[in-house]
Amino acid sequence: MSEHTIVSLPDQATARIPKDNYITRENGLLSWLLTSDHKRIAILYLISITFFFFIGGALAGLIRLELLTPQADLMATDTYNKVFTMHGVIMIFFFLVPSVPATLGNFFIPMMIGAKDLALPKINLLSWYLYMTGGLLALYTMTVGGVDTGWTFTTPLSTHYVNTNVLTTGLAVFVAGFSSILTGLNFIVTIHKMRAPGLTWFRLPLFIWANYAASILMVLGTPVLAIAIVLVALERTLGIGVFDPTKGGDPLLFQHLFWFYSHPAVYIMILPGMGVISEVISNFSRKRVFGYTAVAFSSVAIAVFGFFVWAHHMFIMGISNYAVLVFSLLSMLVAVPSAIKIFNWSLTLYKGSITFETPMLYAFGFIGLFTIGGMTGVFLGTSGTDIHLTETYFIVAHFHFVMVGGMLMAFLAGIHFWWPKMTGRMYPEKISQLAAVVTFIGFNLTFFPQFILGMLGMPRRYAAYPPEFQILNVFSTAGATILGVGYLLPVLYLIWSLRYGAIAGDNPWQATGLEWQSQSPPLTENFAEIPVMDHEAYDYEWLEKQQKEKGVASAE
Amino acid sequence: MPNSSVHTAESAHEEHPAYLRHHFNSTEQQADAAGFAMWLFLLTEVMFFSGLFTAYLIYRNWYYPAFVSGSHQLNVVWGTTNTVVLIFSSFTMAMGVWCAETRRRRGLVLSLTLTFILGLGFLGIKTIEYREKIEKHHVPGFHYSMQSFLDPQSDPEVYAEYHDKPLVPDMARHTELYFSLYFLMTGMHALHMIIGIGILGFMILRARAGAYTAGHVTFVENIGLYWHFVDIIWIYLFALLYLISRHQ
Amino acid sequence: MNHISPVIWQFLVKWMTNFALLPPEASKIAPQMDALLFFLILVSLIGLTIVVLLVVSFSILYRKKRHPVAVQVEGSTLLEAIWTIIPLGLFLVMFVWGALIYFRVYTPPVNAMNIYVVGKQWMWKVEHPGGQHEINALHVPTGRAVQLTLISQDVFHSFSIPAFRVKREAIPGRYTTVWFEATTPGTYHLFCTQYCGTNHSQMIGDVVVMTPEEYRKWLTRSDSGASLAQDGERLFASLSCAACHNARPDARGPSLANVYGAKLSLSSGGTVIADEAYLREAILNPSQHITQGYAPIMPTYQGQISEEGVIALIEFIKNLNSDYRVEQTINTTDMLPGSEGAAKGGKTPAAKGPAQNGKVKP
Repeated sequence: MSEHTIVSLPDQATARIPKDNYITRENGLLSWLLTSDHKRIAILYLISITFFFFIGGALAGLIRLELLTPQADLMATDTYNKVFTMHGVIMIFFFLVPSVPATLGNFFIPMMIGAKDLALPKINLLSWYLYMTGGLLALYTMTVGGVDTGWTFTTPLSTHYVNTNVLTTGLAVFVAGFSSILTGLNFIVTIHKMRAPGLTWFRLPLFIWANYAASILMVLGTPVLAIAIVLVALERTLGIGVFDPTKGGDPLLFQHLFWFYSHPAVYIMILPGMGVISEVISNFSRKRVFGYTAVAFSSVAIAVFGFFVWAHHMFIMGISNYAVLVFSLLSMLVAVPSAIKIFNWSLTLYKGSITFETPMLYAFGFIGLFTIGGMTGVFLGTSGTDIHLTETYFIVAHFHFVMVGGMLMAFLAGIHFWWPKMTGRMYPEKISQLAAVVTFIGFNLTFFPQFILGMLGMPRRYAAYPPEFQILNVFSTAGATILGVGYLLPVLYLIWSLRYGAIAGDNPWQATGLEWQSQSPPLTENFAEIPVMDHEAYDYEWLEKQQKEKGVASAE
Repeated sequence: MPNSSVHTAESAHEEHPAYLRHHFNSTEQQADAAGFAMWLFLLTEVMFFSGLFTAYLIYRNWYYPAFVSGSHQLNVVWGTTNTVVLIFSSFTMAMGVWCAETRRRRGLVLSLTLTFILGLGFLGIKTIEYREKIEKHHVPGFHYSMQSFLDPQSDPEVYAEYHDKPLVPDMARHTELYFSLYFLMTGMHALHMIIGIGILGFMILRARAGAYTAGHVTFVENIGLYWHFVDIIWIYLFALLYLISRHQ
Repeated sequence: MNHISPVIWQFLVKWMTNFALLPPEASKIAPQMDALLFFLILVSLIGLTIVVLLVVSFSILYRKKRHPVAVQVEGSTLLEAIWTIIPLGLFLVMFVWGALIYFRVYTPPVNAMNIYVVGKQWMWKVEHPGGQHEINALHVPTGRAVQLTLISQDVFHSFSIPAFRVKREAIPGRYTTVWFEATTPGTYHLFCTQYCGTNHSQMIGDVVVMTPEEYRKWLTRSDSGASLAQDGERLFASLSCAACHNARPDARGPSLANVYGAKLSLSSGGTVIADEAYLREAILNPSQHITQGYAPIMPTYQGQISEEGVIALIEFIKNLNSDYRVEQTINTTDMLPGSEGAAKGGKTPAAKGPAQNGKVKP
C-alpha cells in the first residue's frame, strides 16, 4: 500500500499460489468439460465469450473498413448485409447477454453469498453447452452463406424475401436463449435459497441485486423471443400466414413479440455491468455505496419498467398515436432509475479515499459514457425527436455508447477487479491503465461522430452513403482501429500475467466482499469454513478491524 | 489454507442422506431450492405460450367468423374426453406424489403407471384428431383446402351439427390462420406431453427400485408440478380452440 | 487575429460555418423539432457536466494522498429525492413537448394535398393525383401542406426526408401517412431507412422543393397523360366493378358516388369513415367491410391488383364525390400555368383536370 494505491500484495519472495485450488484440484480436459464447479464453468464461459467477442469484433472491423468510402466498394452489398447481421447476432447473443452473468456472476454469486455452488450446478454446465451449441451453429451459418436479415429478423423480409440461412441462425439464437433462461433461473434460486446465515437481502452486495434483476428479465423475457423465432421459422417454411398481410396476418405482430424480449434484453445486458460498477466504485473509494437502498431498488425498478416500454422501437411503424404516448411516457420513467444510480455512484466518491487503479479507470469511463448513452436514449424515447433520429446512425451511436462504452467497460472493470481472485495473479498496472485510456479515446473517436451522422440523417445499415458523410465515417473508422488496440492489449497482458504476474494473495484490493475472504484462486468448495455474515455490505470499518486482528502487515 | 473442508465432508457423510448434494446445507434447503426452480421454470413456460395466446387473441378478434367455422371442425367429444383424461391423470399424478411422501412404493408405481397410460391415451386421441385434419386438408401449408368453409354442405357431419353459413372467400382464407394456431398451440402442448410422458417412464422404472419412497420425493413432486401445468395449459386450449360459439 | 495564420483562420471559418450538425431546415416542422433537439442537447450537456464535475472534483479532493481516511456516508434521502424528481420533471417536459410534435407530424391538416408513395425493393414510386409519376424523386411546392400516403409492396421500408425532419414506415398491407409543408426551395436527400434487403443503400433519391410557379410548370411537363383517377376509371371498367357498383336501384353493391369521406354503417354493426384505408380494405378484404343492407358477395381482388392499381381506384372513387371534385378542380386550377390564383366559386376549368364524367353510368 502506498499513497497512490490500495494494492497490497504479499511478499513476492515467499508468496506462492496455494497448491490446492479449483484449478489444480482435478486435471485433464474432461474434468473441465464435465465439471459442475461454478468457477470452472465461469472460466469455460470466459474463454468462449472472448472468442466470440473477437469474431464479432472482426466483423465490426469489416463494417468500418467498408464505410471508409462512400461507395460499396469493399464487398458486395449482400456480403455487407451479412456482415452487419452477424456482427449484431454474435455481439448481442453470444457476447453481451452472457458476458458478466455467465463469467463473473457464475464465479462470484455463490462466493458472495457464502454458498458452495449455485443451486443447480449441472444445469449450469448444461447452460454452457447450450451456449456453445448456439454459438457454433451461428459460426457454421457464417460458413455456409450467413444471413442478411439484420439481427432484428424483421418480417416479412426474413420470412419471404431472403434466401439466406434464417432458420439455422434462428435456431442458434433459440438455443442460446435457453442457455440464458437456465442461467437466470439458477441465479434466482441461488440468491433466494442459498444465502449464508445472517445474510439478509439488504446486506447483499449490489452486484447480487443487479444480477438478480437481470435474471428476472432473462427468465420472463427470453421465452417470448423463443416463440417469436418459432413463428418466423414456421412462417418461412410452411407459410402459415401469421405475419403475412395477404393471408390476414400482421407483420407488426412479429415486432411486438420480438421487442417484448429485445427491450428487456438491453437491461439484461446492462444491469450486471452496473453491479460491477457498484463494487468497483465502492472499493476504490473505500466507502459504502452512497444510497445503497436506492441503488438496489433502482435495479429492480429498471427490470420491472423495462417490460413495459418495448414499443418505443416502433414509434414510426404506424402504431396508434395513443400507444406512442403511453410507451413514450413509460420510457421516460425507465430512464429515471439509471439516473439515480449515476448520481449515487458519483456521490460515493464524496469524502472517500480514492485511488485510480485500472478497474476504477474503467468505472469512470463507464460513468461518463453511460451518461451520454443514457441521455441519448431519452432523445429517442421522446416521440417527436425519435421521428428524425430513428433508423439513423444516432441509434447506432446510442446503443454502442450504452453497450460498448457502458457494458463492455463494466465487463473489463470486473475482469480486472476479480482477475487476482480468479487466477491468483496480478496483471501489470501501467499497461492495463494505458489500455483503459486507449479504449476510452478510441471509443469516443469511433462512436461520437456517429451521433452527428445520425442527426444529419445518415441511415443505418447502409453500405454506401452520400459523399458529404465521408469525413465523419473516416473519423469513426480511425477510432475503431484505436479501439481494437485497446481491446487487444488486455488479452495479451492478462494471459501474460497467468505465468509472470505477481502473486496476488487473498485480498490485494483490501475489499470487503465475502469472496475476498478465501484464498486466491479459491478452493473448489470456495471456503474452508463458511464465514458468518454479521455485518453490512461494504463495511470497511469491519475490514480494518479484521485485518488488525489477523495482523496483516501493510506492504511498502 | 488447511483442507478442513475435505475432512469435514468425510466425517459428515454418515450424517446426511446420500441424495443430499454437497453444495446444500440440508435436505430441506435442497428440496426447497428444487421446488422453487421448478416453479420458475413453469413461469418461463407460461411466457413461452403467452406469445401464441397473444396471436390467438388478436386474430380471433379480427376474424371471428373464420375462427367460429374453424372451431366447428374440431370434435368436441374428443376434446372433452381428452380434457377429462388429463384432469384424471393429474389426479393420479397427485396420488403418486402422496404415495411417494407416505412411502407407498407400490401405490406410487401404480399411480405413475396410470398417469403414463392416461397420457398416452391423450396423445392417442390427439393422433386421431390430427389424422382427421390431415384427411380433410385442414393442415396449413401447401395442401390446405378451404372447401369446407366455402361450401359447408360438402362436409355433412359438421354441417348436420352446426348448419354453418358459407364463408366468403376472403374470410374463408383466414381459417388457415385458425388452424395454424390450433396446430401450433396443441402441437407445442403435445410436445410438452411427450417430454412429460418420457420422464414418467423413467420415473416408473426408478420408482420400482424404491428411489422415491425412501424420503427423497423432490423429483416426483416437481414432475407432478410440471404435469399439472401441462394439464392447465390444455384446459385453456380446450376452451379457446374447441368451444368458440358452439351454439349460434 | 493577425497572429493567427490567415490560412488556418480561413479554414476554421469555412469549416465552422459549413459544418452543420443538422440538415438544412426545409419544412415548417423542422425548426420546431430542432428546438426540442437543442433543448435535449442542452439538458444532456448540463447533466453530463454535473456528473463529470462531481466525479472529477471528488477524485481530486478526495484522492488517497490528500484524503487518506474515508468517511462513511450512508446516503441522503433529500439528495435521492432531488435527483429523482428533477430528472423526472425534465423527462416529463421532454415527453410532453415531444408528444406535441409527434402528433403534429402525424396529423395531417384537412386541406393537405395528397401524394401516394409505394415502396418496393428497391425503389420509391411516387404517384401524384394529377397523373405525374416519379421514381426515387418527389417534387413538392412550398407553402402547401403535403400529405404522403405510403404503402409497401413487399417488405418494410421507411421514407425519410432528413431536411424536413419527417420519416414514416411504408408497411405491406396498410397505408401510413405523414405530412409536411416545405418552406425552402432546393434539392434534399430522400432515404429508405428501414433495412429492406440487398439494395437498401441504393433506395435513395431526391426531394425537389419548388416555388409554386415552378411546381405548376413541372406538373404540366411531367404529366403522363392520365391522372390517377383516369387510370382508376379504366381499371374500374376492366375489373367490371360497375357490374355491382352502379346507381341502379337493384344494384348488388352500393353506389360509390360521394362515398369517400362518408360515414358508413357496416353490416357487422358499427360505423366507419370511408377513408383511403377503408377503401383499400374494402377492395382487398371485402367480407369484413360490407355496407349495411348489402349481401357479402363481393369477391376479393387480392392478387389481382397491384398497390398502384388500388391507389388509382381510390383516386377514382374520391373523384366521384362531386363536391370533392369541385374542390380539387379548384386546387389544381391554382397550380396550372396561367391562373392568377383562381377565385372561389364553381368555375369550370378549361385546362385538363380529373375525369369529367365522374358519375357512373346508370
